[in-house]
Amino acid sequence: MIRSLPNTSLYRNGYRFYVGIFFLFLVLPLVVISVLAFNDSNFIALPWKGFTFDWFFANTDDRVGLFQDEDLVRSIWVSIVTALIMGLLSLGVGTAAALLFVQEKFRGKNFLYFLAIAPLVIPGVILGISIILTSTQVAGGIEKATGWDPEFLSPGFWLVVLGQFSFGATYVMLIVSARLKKFDPTLEEAALSLKATKLEAIRYITIPFLRPALISGFAVAFLISFSNFNTTIFLIGSDPTLPVELFTRIKFSSTPVLNAISFLIVVVISTFALVNLYLDRKK
Amino acid sequence: MNKILEVKHLTKHFKEFTAVEDVNFYVEEGGFFSILGPSGCGKTTLLRMISGFIEATEGEILIEGKPMRGIPPEERPVNIVFQSLALFPMMNVYENVAFGLRRKKLDKTEIDTRVREMLARVGLEGFEKKKVTELSGGQRQRVAIARSLVMKPSILLLDEPLGALDRKLREHMKVELKLLQKEIGTTFIYITHDQSEALVMSDRVAVMNKGRFEQIDTPKNLYKNPKTAFVAGFVGESNRFELSGRQGDTIRTTSGWELERPGLDFDPDVLFIRPEAILINPDPQMEAIDRFDATIKTILFDGANTKLSAVLGGGEELLVSLPQNARYDSLSEGDAVTIGIHYDDLKCYREV
Amino acid sequence: METKRNRAFYFVLLPVLAWLMILIFIPHIELLVNSFKVDGQESWTLENYTDFFTNRIYWMTLVKTVSYAIGVTILAFIVAFPVAFYLTKVVSKRYVGPLTMLLLVPLWVGELITIYGWMIILGDHGIINQFLIDLGWIEKPLPLLYNDFSMILGLLYMSVLFMIVPIMSTLESLDDSLIEAASDLGAGKWTIIRRIVIPYAMPGIVSGSIIVFMLVIGDYLAPNILGGKSSLWFTEQIYNQFLSTFNWNEGAAFGFLLLLISSLIVWIALKVSGQKLERVGS
Repeated sequence: MIRSLPNTSLYRNGYRFYVGIFFLFLVLPLVVISVLAFNDSNFIALPWKGFTFDWFFANTDDRVGLFQDEDLVRSIWVSIVTALIMGLLSLGVGTAAALLFVQEKFRGKNFLYFLAIAPLVIPGVILGISIILTSTQVAGGIEKATGWDPEFLSPGFWLVVLGQFSFGATYVMLIVSARLKKFDPTLEEAALSLKATKLEAIRYITIPFLRPALISGFAVAFLISFSNFNTTIFLIGSDPTLPVELFTRIKFSSTPVLNAISFLIVVVISTFALVNLYLDRKK
Repeated sequence: MNKILEVKHLTKHFKEFTAVEDVNFYVEEGGFFSILGPSGCGKTTLLRMISGFIEATEGEILIEGKPMRGIPPEERPVNIVFQSLALFPMMNVYENVAFGLRRKKLDKTEIDTRVREMLARVGLEGFEKKKVTELSGGQRQRVAIARSLVMKPSILLLDEPLGALDRKLREHMKVELKLLQKEIGTTFIYITHDQSEALVMSDRVAVMNKGRFEQIDTPKNLYKNPKTAFVAGFVGESNRFELSGRQGDTIRTTSGWELERPGLDFDPDVLFIRPEAILINPDPQMEAIDRFDATIKTILFDGANTKLSAVLGGGEELLVSLPQNARYDSLSEGDAVTIGIHYDDLKCYREV
Repeated sequence: METKRNRAFYFVLLPVLAWLMILIFIPHIELLVNSFKVDGQESWTLENYTDFFTNRIYWMTLVKTVSYAIGVTILAFIVAFPVAFYLTKVVSKRYVGPLTMLLLVPLWVGELITIYGWMIILGDHGIINQFLIDLGWIEKPLPLLYNDFSMILGLLYMSVLFMIVPIMSTLESLDDSLIEAASDLGAGKWTIIRRIVIPYAMPGIVSGSIIVFMLVIGDYLAPNILGGKSSLWFTEQIYNQFLSTFNWNEGAAFGFLLLLISSLIVWIALKVSGQKLERVGS
């Protein structure tokens, strides 16, 4: 049943088999995608026709490799920049929210906290449409009143950042709060007693204590941004992010170049996971 | 002597609850003042008001003659040693001690001199680069004290800092702390629920109960002449009896035990007798004592703290200190003894 | 701390307030307001909602989406629970780290890519059909893709991790000696699971179920890429209103209905289990 209790071998092996099947289910799509990224065929399907790097580097009439595909490369770049800015923004505001909700008492706290965790249970679609509705309304209002068209409020880069940040901050807040709850508040009081100001106490005591959570919070926000589709699709302008670009191609013009970019992402993520695991081990 | 701290009519309400009620006292410069009370008596609230973390509802706090109302913690000339010590785990010993000086933006070399001097003073030279998590309990204690003292506060507030130590180390630290205070001369205000800590270290002790000060006195007077029933019960050990009344010089417990107690000018309702004040088989010539016949029920052996439980004719039980010397070695359970109590050791109070 | 509000308080309050008001509160009010308007008119109207209730395809889609989402949530629990138990209580501690990491990789890679992977696997020329044809077991490819089966598979795949992780985090604190004691008192495996483990893991199960349900009901990619013509999902209706027919007011009404019904179900789940929403996030 558990490690310390004896088990029949049928139970043990049966259980192991089930978990094995589950993990196969989990990695199968990633493996299949990765393998087909190197298939020397114009179709994303078996049979295997030999090994090639074409889908990464080629630039011929019927094959455009990932690194030759300007639109794709640009969308990767857009996604990285979006994720960086959104990650930093979420980190700052999410951390502030964690400090606010864990350490302070004030009127209306419950209501604000409800709003702060609401994005967990609001479908991304809804966040997307309500933000585009609002920004359009506000932009329209501003233009009518002043004649000036606030560009950052029309669909495009900044609206995507804002839309993703609206729920990214929630995740950072939860990650940072979890660590902050383990923080001994007398440490901060000790800093105050040693004549630090409140802001100095946060800077020299609280923030260093939170550092691991801040790093993982940023990483999670970055990854959420990088792979977000549901909210982003409503907010993009002329520069699609990678998931939006990929979606369009999956629906309308798929070639194995999609596998190439997917393979690249799988490699980056796996490396990231392995490094993480290694650092964990060392501790 | 200079009054470095004066507290006048200090009161603190938390909504319905009154944590501190009309507390008045002063502390002399260079003194070691303790506030002793059970947990929940309001002593930590009092300390936090002095340090500025909470604002008093009513009353006044004067430090060096200056009123403190509205002055934030960072501008008050006091530092705290916390119960949990609150050493910064992300910094080493040196950085912990230097933390406050760095916030004051002092010159680097001055910080360095002061930190090293202070570490030497508490016997922690060579520990600068150590992580605070690598230190022993006593060393952590010293870092916490050094970290506060290096700020040269007018008053150092200590919130039960010995609480987390094991008993042996606590005994040792009591002495060390007392000596350190004498040497540097900073005023210490020490909060504790452990009477032995308060009695050993302090010049004066305030006993606090339910938000009020019951008595402020020297340790010896607290023990010898407790002014209230609470102090008598809380400081030291006591046998406690409820009284039903007094007739002339005779007092009577609710169980019907009658004792001679001349010189009372009020009707007490409670009586305290310390185990160590009770004499076993007193000399027949001794005067001004009550004598009773009793039987030894059990002997509770605890080294120097050994006591016996004596039962009187009416069934009353008394704990009596049993000195471990040749005179009493022959006593054993079931023996008949005479016990004697001096009139002055019958501490009578009116509680209601 | 009871001192007067200091600068630091406002320093953290203001950005948080801006975030919650500008990006969460006002937009949802705006959503509600827009759902009661039609294009070019100032007056309020119920038109968008009557449209929804009179068009069978709209409300049928919502009913189907909600019931499928509940079904997938239950399925996810059945699949996830043994895995979560295995990873916390059965497998040698050495493997817990690597296996948990492996669990998270598909999550981090992102839904779109994994859904795309399933599209390749299940297609007519995908590896399953190719394999079966090569073996000679079938002649024509099986219709594995573009139907409810593939859609549910995709939804399950992208959401099951969100069931495993919360259950694992509650089971981690379950003391092995509880199970040992139950076993010592003569309880069988099934009894232990039912009477000890599941009740103990309940907070995690509730959190996981709520997150999975919300993810599934709000998902777009799995139904759109893996689902067939008949597997219409309610989010697709919203996308259509916004991105194809450009009837934003109707879309707002749909969005608000989705929000309403999903909040209602989450609320019922919280009431029935006696759990707080705050707990879901932790």
